[in-house]
Amino acid sequence: MHPARRQRLGVVLIVVFFSSLAIGLVMYAMRGNINLFYPPSEVIAGIAPQGKAIRIGGMVEDKSVQRSTDSLKVKFVITDFQASVEVIYDGILPDLFGEGQGVVVLGVLGSDGRFIANEVLAKHDENYMPPEIADSLKMSKKISAGY
Amino acid sequence: MWKFFHKLGSPPWFYSIAGAILRWLVPITLFLLIVGYAWGLLFTAPDFRQGNSYRIMYVHVPAAVVALAGYYVMALAGAICIIWNMKMAEIAMRATAPVGALLTLIALVTGGIWGKPTWGAWWVWDARTTSMLILLFLYIGVIVLYEAYEDKSGGSRAAGILALVGTVNIPIIYKSVDWWYSLHQPASITFTGGSAIESSMLYPLLLMITVFYSLFTCCVLANMRVSLIKRESRSSWVRTLVEED
Repeated sequence: MHPARRQRLGVVLIVVFFSSLAIGLVMYAMRGNINLFYPPSEVIAGIAPQGKAIRIGGMVEDKSVQRSTDSLKVKFVITDFQASVEVIYDGILPDLFGEGQGVVVLGVLGSDGRFIANEVLAKHDENYMPPEIADSLKMSKKISAGY
Repeated sequence: MWKFFHKLGSPPWFYSIAGAILRWLVPITLFLLIVGYAWGLLFTAPDFRQGNSYRIMYVHVPAAVVALAGYYVMALAGAICIIWNMKMAEIAMRATAPVGALLTLIALVTGGIWGKPTWGAWWVWDARTTSMLILLFLYIGVIVLYEAYEDKSGGSRAAGILALVGTVNIPIIYKSVDWWYSLHQPASITFTGGSAIESSMLYPLLLMITVFYSLFTCCVLANMRVSLIKRESRSSWVRTLVEED
């Protein structure tokens, strides 16, 4: 290889290496801020700030959803299977909201440990399948669980 | 190998070879595009939770995948441009950028359209969506930086460096859903872990990813031919080409 070209190749590699390193360090320093939400266990551990708008993400606990009969008010529990947070929300829920499904809620954590949400987003998981297969999966789970 | 590399640098040779490739690649791609969309949109079952709205993934996923892969093509062309000062690489870099930008835009827009009914929001500033937006700005930045220079060899060097620096964003986009808590779901198809998409839905998706790769190739080659003709408009081979027609 021509020496001038070899030198330019060196420059290219150095540029790529050091810019990656710089951006990598910035990302590492900001890792907490890049997370969209706190899991409930971090909320319980006191890592998430109180009295400030934050997002909490996790699963809607089974049989925890309580809807008001005369308004849009809804109460449910978000869990990451280590800790859980009670959420109160007044508004329209996304179509994919449901028990056992992922959600991300935006709101303020009250001093009583309850979370007053003003936005609820459904988190979709990576699984895609036709309804018949989902049904048969559910059936086989029920059979193996001894129902 | 070196001989091929040198041949690649010859405008008339590249122009005719690219033309020959496009002559059969374009009809095959368009045919498979129709087959893939008919398959994905009409002949697959709806999803058990999302219903029919999941079908947007037949646009969204291929566009996003090729937008990421296309960036490496552009950055590689940029590196060749800087190291060997090769004109063809400069043209390739400039030809790739708008195609990549368009694919990124398609991925962002279809993501928003899917996000509204699924998540409940058009846009969320999570790691995946934000890094994808940065990808769009990188593509646009490469175009703008290149065009801003009067002297094209300086412009191509500056744009090449920007393209190379931006490569760090590609693994960040790819791994963003694993490294941070995000609203965007983790990858359904992984290199090692197989697929979380049921196979009857997966095959049309894989076909569409292939189709988008080949669409990308077609667009880049066609772009390159146009800029070759423009740039070499005074040379003898273009003149003979025009006279032949």
